[in-house]
Amino acid sequence: MNYAYILGKLRGDVFPHDIVTIGGASTMAIVGLGVLLYLTFSHRWTWLWREWLTSVDHKKIGIMYIVVAMIMLLRGGFDALLLRTQQATSVGSSHGIVSPNTFQQIFSAHGTIMIFFVAMGLMFGLINLALPLLIGSRDVAFPFLNLTAFWLFAGGMILINLSLGIGEFSAAGWLAYPPLSEINYSPGVGVDYWIWSLQIAGIGSLLSGINFLSTIVKMRCRGMNLMKMPMFVWSVMGSMLLVLFAFPILTATLSMLFLDRTIGTHFFTASGGGNLMMYVNLIWAWGHPEVYILILPAFGVFSEVVATFSRKRLFGYTTMVWAIAVITILSFSVWLHHFFTMGAGADVNGFFGIMTMVIAIPTGVKLFNWIATMYRGRISLRLPMYWFLGFVALFTVGGVAGVVMAVPPADFQLHNSLFLVAHFHTMIVGGVLFGYFAGINYWFPKFIGFKLNETLGKCAFWCWVVGFLLAFIPLYILGFMGATRRIDHYSTSLGWHPLFIVAGVGAGIIALGVIFTLLQLIVSFIQRKDNLDLSGDPWNGRTLEWSTPSPVPVYNYAIEPVVYDRDAFWDIKEAARSGKKLPAPEYEDIVMPKNAPASVIIGLLAIGLGFGMVWHIWILVGLCFAGIIITLLIRTTGEDPHEYVLRAAKVEEIEKATRARGVAHV
Amino acid sequence: MKRKYTLIFVAVVVIAFLTVAGIYLAHSNIQVLNPKGPIAEKERNLIYIALGLSLIVVLPVYGLTIAFVIRYREGNKKAKYSPHLQGNWILETIWWLIPTAIISVLAVIAWNSSHTLDPYVPIASKNKAMVIQVIALDWKWLFVYPKLGIASVNYLQIPKDVPIDFNVTADAPMNSFWIPQLGGQIYAMPGMSTQLNLMATSYGEFYGSSANISGNGFSGMNFMTRSSSMGGFNSWVKSVESKENRLTLSAYAQLARPSMYNPVSYYSKVKNGLYLDVINKYMMPIEKSSSGLNSSYSTNMGMGMSM
Amino acid sequence: MSDTAEAVITFVPDTDKESKAIFGFWIYIMTDCVLFASLFATYAVLRNNTFGGPDGAQIFNLPYVLAETIVLLTSSFTCGLGILSARRRHKNKVLMWFSISFFLGLTFLALELSDFRHLAAMGDSWRRSGFLSAFFTLVGTHGAHITVGLFWMATMLFRIWQVGLTKANVRRLTLLSIFWHFLDLIWIFIFTIVYLFGVMQV
Repeated sequence: MNYAYILGKLRGDVFPHDIVTIGGASTMAIVGLGVLLYLTFSHRWTWLWREWLTSVDHKKIGIMYIVVAMIMLLRGGFDALLLRTQQATSVGSSHGIVSPNTFQQIFSAHGTIMIFFVAMGLMFGLINLALPLLIGSRDVAFPFLNLTAFWLFAGGMILINLSLGIGEFSAAGWLAYPPLSEINYSPGVGVDYWIWSLQIAGIGSLLSGINFLSTIVKMRCRGMNLMKMPMFVWSVMGSMLLVLFAFPILTATLSMLFLDRTIGTHFFTASGGGNLMMYVNLIWAWGHPEVYILILPAFGVFSEVVATFSRKRLFGYTTMVWAIAVITILSFSVWLHHFFTMGAGADVNGFFGIMTMVIAIPTGVKLFNWIATMYRGRISLRLPMYWFLGFVALFTVGGVAGVVMAVPPADFQLHNSLFLVAHFHTMIVGGVLFGYFAGINYWFPKFIGFKLNETLGKCAFWCWVVGFLLAFIPLYILGFMGATRRIDHYSTSLGWHPLFIVAGVGAGIIALGVIFTLLQLIVSFIQRKDNLDLSGDPWNGRTLEWSTPSPVPVYNYAIEPVVYDRDAFWDIKEAARSGKKLPAPEYEDIVMPKNAPASVIIGLLAIGLGFGMVWHIWILVGLCFAGIIITLLIRTTGEDPHEYVLRAAKVEEIEKATRARGVAHV
Repeated sequence: MKRKYTLIFVAVVVIAFLTVAGIYLAHSNIQVLNPKGPIAEKERNLIYIALGLSLIVVLPVYGLTIAFVIRYREGNKKAKYSPHLQGNWILETIWWLIPTAIISVLAVIAWNSSHTLDPYVPIASKNKAMVIQVIALDWKWLFVYPKLGIASVNYLQIPKDVPIDFNVTADAPMNSFWIPQLGGQIYAMPGMSTQLNLMATSYGEFYGSSANISGNGFSGMNFMTRSSSMGGFNSWVKSVESKENRLTLSAYAQLARPSMYNPVSYYSKVKNGLYLDVINKYMMPIEKSSSGLNSSYSTNMGMGMSM
Repeated sequence: MSDTAEAVITFVPDTDKESKAIFGFWIYIMTDCVLFASLFATYAVLRNNTFGGPDGAQIFNLPYVLAETIVLLTSSFTCGLGILSARRRHKNKVLMWFSISFFLGLTFLALELSDFRHLAAMGDSWRRSGFLSAFFTLVGTHGAHITVGLFWMATMLFRIWQVGLTKANVRRLTLLSIFWHFLDLIWIFIFTIVYLFGVMQV
């Protein structure tokens, strides 16, 4: 029997050989197995399946995204510790703790995981949690699509983790430029794992983009016209528009690279009529909007946080909206700044350099508006504000570095150096990550029902800030000292070693920060009974979500809200304070979507599809692809509307039970 | 009181740390900020200008943030509280205009410098430019001096004050040719030729590397560039010419095989037109020959593009 | 400033299922447009990279492509007639028109696959050059979309035969028709930019 059909390229020696990878794969396998065994022996599978895995409740989906993202933060973070350790020890006659190839796989995995699974995961998680509530809606536009998008995201995550134990990962960096990523220079399965994890997760992102944009356009409550939406919603709108325009480019590009590697096409090959520069252009035409996709919702979070914790209206709402619009549009005009050194010529370089600088203007304006919001406010320095202040401190530095590199000839010296690495980490950690940490701390009581421990949160914050400074300021300096990125060894005479050691210490302190965050979660959970959010409005909030009980009932709003102004909830509270009488609530039947097992099936089939593509098991590919199509066709053309009705009486019962604990009734 | 002591302690630690760091850095070679040639020097100045202009925005941002957080914190009842203050067209116009003005200045600088520091633009000098061909291999640098017919691996020697016109290609994945103390980098791509014009105005030895990952041994792609007097350069050329190894097509094929951390080596005679052969290898279907190189078609050697 | 309950509401949500579905689907079509745009851009960059192999003028057969075009455009036309019948609730007419569309679509695919096979047999497959890689992928991706559309159409034919023209089915037919017309539009771009320009050596 010809096993090639069933096994493809799988052989006996696909398991890792070096101690570091073996350690990582084993840890993951053991922890994963432990979780599965726990679920089995505590008879929790039914609960998990019904309450979480197949739930189309956007709030549950949001929490699942964040859980997956946090798990990947641990893996990506551990990768970072390995990288720092290697670079702090591999100098002169020592070659560090891992081989060059392993090192290259580690940084490729680190970047891919952090962007696609941590940052995107946290982002979609927060959007899922907060968006429908902020617009006064009961759900997103397409609940089934929402869960399917999550399972594709999770599928990509599982695939990339499989690569740790079965086969290898890409050693070509988080963007896998050809010709290095072509089959002749990367003959293993690593780049294919990279391609398919991203392809699957990317389709998930696209579906979310369609979903969230439709939600914002179609599902806002009565009275909430565009200029009355909370700022977070505007930022999500900009971000989702970017997703819709950018991610298809990624889909096309990944497909073309896969075709090059598998069926011998010549899109990006060095010979045969391929054009490797085309890949660089395409991947960055996606890649640059991607970073704005990540940062815009973080900006949105800060707008909500600063206004709430300054107890004041956001300053310059209209300008802030225009700034988002300008950033969204301009983010498509700057991509070439990622490869000024590829030789496009002075005119082209000059144009893109100028456009890059121009985008700094609306970003700066947003910063000024946040500062103006604090002016003459009453600033409550709770944890979300800490993260905002950390953002101001760091993002400004990263932004300056960006403006410096926007000058093409300056970039000739800084491109691909550790200065660049420090710049984008400052933007992504100081901007994106801090923004999402602020959002998690801000919205946690609303969705989980109890407050997070502030002290441990502050410890985490300081570890992150101090650790970050120690880890990355040396990198800025190393860039100036001529240190290129991604090197696994260097000579002693260059004088780089002490800086790498300091950077290593910084990374360790960041790791401590992560540990504090985990502690914060655990301790808060243990102490939850003492910290219940009974009012539903722990921060004296301004937007609609704070008018619901904590945690939020499945239908969000028993009565669909009607909105007259921005900061709708604050508006309502003012009216109540001034003695306005609010009408008695009249409950109605609410139509809710049913659970969707089909999403889980699609996710699992996607993993099979990806695995088959990686190992050339074409039968598996065919079966999984057919399975996905069939599942979709059955689900979307069937008679079942996939809904159930929550009777008015039941709604009233839930409302009375949750509000009896003391919610401001609106 | 406790907070005050914490702040003082933190301040002392930070200052001590910065002092040590400062002393260390003062004795280090911060290559990009320590130029040894006109290109690197101009590029460094651009970095300083951009940094300086940015500070116009950064300092107020930090200052105001710190000031407002202190003054308007909720414990401070003295500060005025204006919860409905939500806009001021004058202020907003100012802070759209100021960054726009700064960026406009920087934009003009960027446009002009992109043209004057275009790597393809020859360096004005009373000395005639010297062409050196650079071929990135897995995982070493091959430098060919076409007029002199010699070549070296992982070592470059150039005369001071002579403009060097580097023609750069690769017989390997994408690399990046970078000598920080002489100037910025340019990508080295197979099947294409890019150009980088540099000049050394000091004597010395300068570190060079590949600034783009090209595989397993890419970290070992370092090379030394020595800038010497014309006399010193000439005697170096003579010493290379006396070496045994010749860079024939088959010797080249041997050299091009993957190897890491290659020691410096020299070739006394290089096959004529080797550089073009390497590029052409990617341009048209390969004919069966012992070296696999095909030199019978011309190539489009435009601005780094292969189209 | 804070308004009272007498203020005018200037926005009312539009959450009707049909309206949401059509809006969302148009957004999806837009993303598919960007996907094809990326492939067109790649084709434009690579179309002269023939690497010693044939160029468009040598391999494109315009009469054949015209036949493909007529077949596809007709299937789009019958799809439109099918939608009209759906609005008028004529179940049998719907089944007839969409069956014709289905068979025409199938014919289009058969013609295209035959052309591809012929090229590959002559040695001018996607392996030959950058130009051919881009050609096969761009036209092939369109063909893949047609294939998915045909599966969808067959399913809809089955569903409508099974349960009739329910509100949900009419909605789904509308989405399918948007998809089918979109593929028609993409084909017109392919016909023009790939085949016509290729033969005319623009």
